[in-house]
Amino acid sequence: MTPRVVFPNKFLPYLLLAPQLAITLVFFYWPASQALYQSVLKEDPFGLRSRFVGLDNFRRVLADPNYLNSVEVTAIFSTATAFFSMAIALLLAVMADKVIRGRGFYRTLMIWPYAVAPAIAGMLWIFLFNPSIGSLAYLLRWVGISWDPLLNGPQAMVMVVSAAAWKQISYNFLFFVAGLQAIPKSLIEAAAIDGARPTKRFWTIVFPLLAPTTFFLLVINTTYAFFDTFGIIHAVTGGGPGKATETLVFKVYSDGALNQLLGDSAAQSVILMIIVIALTAVQFRYVERKVHYG
Amino acid sequence: MADAVAPREDASTAAVLGRQEEGAMLGISRTSRYVAHAILMLGILIVAFPIYYTFVASTHTLQTILRPPLPLLPGGEFWENYSTALFGGIGRIGGVDVWTLLFNTTVVALAIAIGKIVISILSAYAIVFFRFPFRMTFFWLIFITLMLPVEVRIMPTYKVMVDLNLIDTYTGLTLPLMASATATLLFRQFFLTIPGELVEAARIDGAGPWRFFKDILLPLSKTNIAALFVILFIYGWTQYLWPLLMTNSNDMNTIVIALRKMISFADADTEWHLVMVTSMLAIVPPILVVVLMQRWFVKGLVETEK
Repeated sequence: MTPRVVFPNKFLPYLLLAPQLAITLVFFYWPASQALYQSVLKEDPFGLRSRFVGLDNFRRVLADPNYLNSVEVTAIFSTATAFFSMAIALLLAVMADKVIRGRGFYRTLMIWPYAVAPAIAGMLWIFLFNPSIGSLAYLLRWVGISWDPLLNGPQAMVMVVSAAAWKQISYNFLFFVAGLQAIPKSLIEAAAIDGARPTKRFWTIVFPLLAPTTFFLLVINTTYAFFDTFGIIHAVTGGGPGKATETLVFKVYSDGALNQLLGDSAAQSVILMIIVIALTAVQFRYVERKVHYG
Repeated sequence: MADAVAPREDASTAAVLGRQEEGAMLGISRTSRYVAHAILMLGILIVAFPIYYTFVASTHTLQTILRPPLPLLPGGEFWENYSTALFGGIGRIGGVDVWTLLFNTTVVALAIAIGKIVISILSAYAIVFFRFPFRMTFFWLIFITLMLPVEVRIMPTYKVMVDLNLIDTYTGLTLPLMASATATLLFRQFFLTIPGELVEAARIDGAGPWRFFKDILLPLSKTNIAALFVILFIYGWTQYLWPLLMTNSNDMNTIVIALRKMISFADADTEWHLVMVTSMLAIVPPILVVVLMQRWFVKGLVETEK
């Protein structure tokens, strides 16, 4: 690319950048550095003084069975959420690619959940699956399932996963539809002429060509399940029953905001930052690859 | 990657004919198309049912709701419930009426959306159209914040807000959420596609940086701004963790937080019919924005990629 034509001005660019930089420094870098700093300190019980303890907080956090439990919970929760929301969205997108009439209609109805706040999605689920008044809970009991997510950990997990996955279907649907439209029809037609049946065509041509979209969505959905679902967990189960649905982000919140374990909470924040950085790095490598091929 | 996204229009006859031909070529039979419609209908049922059912619940009496299963059709209490929630419901949620909550949420969503767009367009403008020392340093400083969502730095950020006296203020609710790299990156990417000749021509005609920004850059960015606005409005409207931490006083609550309180503070005597009305009020505005601005929303979503 040729060097860009630019405006000669010494002072103006700094002025233009100032608002964003100011907010970024005050609300991003300062707190992040505080988290790093606190993660190597230990406060006395009264919060009056703190001393340097090196990596002790990390050691304690990583050895804590509760923390390991929430790692496991997060892994199960994100995998299940990503899998179900993507699988359903892919099925619906493939179907939407087949029909001729009504695509606009289907899409309009399909994007609603995107606009629903995760916490409200959770509350709708409470309403539907609450053991005493939920109509779907009634239905479940009617078919013979003893349903009580308030006491039964795995059932609580099913409930938060389904609420989280439900909310994400819209997003995945839009991306899969876009991905499907980008696949050259001639390739599929060629396979059809060679006698490949629709199912075979899907798994041998369409699905592999969708891989970039799928991979991108996998990263996005994992990030979503890690961070954006705090509202669902907080509203639906509050991490319970027991600690059956306590995800990593929920634990940072409950240790820090409710239990005032600042050193532990800070160490957990730092671990989360490392996870996000890893996810973002993966995502950008993928973006670069796509640019390369595209 | 952007152009792959443009939604197909199904309206035009030519497109329909073209696709029928294409369908014939691929051997998509009439039956399999019916199956596709059936599966899509089922999908819509799953996706839209919880929202529809909330609406149904908001039109029934409390007694009906408390005795499941709830009927599948709306009841006759629509006016009754909605007017109670909107006009007679003072004090229902810690002494705050629904209007205050809706007002707070609207302020938060609009401030975040507009603030973010203004801040990002200015900084992207500086980074693309000027050359100055430390340009790339600043770019990276902004870029890295992609990796620090609020959720991972909850406690330290909260402490900063306390120190700055920003608890229970609109500033505290919105300002920290305004700086993010996503919008800046989007504008930067778009600005880079603007040909240098345009800048040159503007300069020859004697336009300064401000003139160029106002008369050329802004009009060109209209679509991008609209798309971002939808996404950011939804982002602001659906915030949860941040307002939860930032507000102690009930009259600074957003509607999402207030709803959560309505459910958690009561067990047997939760007024579910009014909770459901409030849920509808919290859900409908963002859905309207998404549905009415669908074209920009889809474009923006698939292009920003986050």
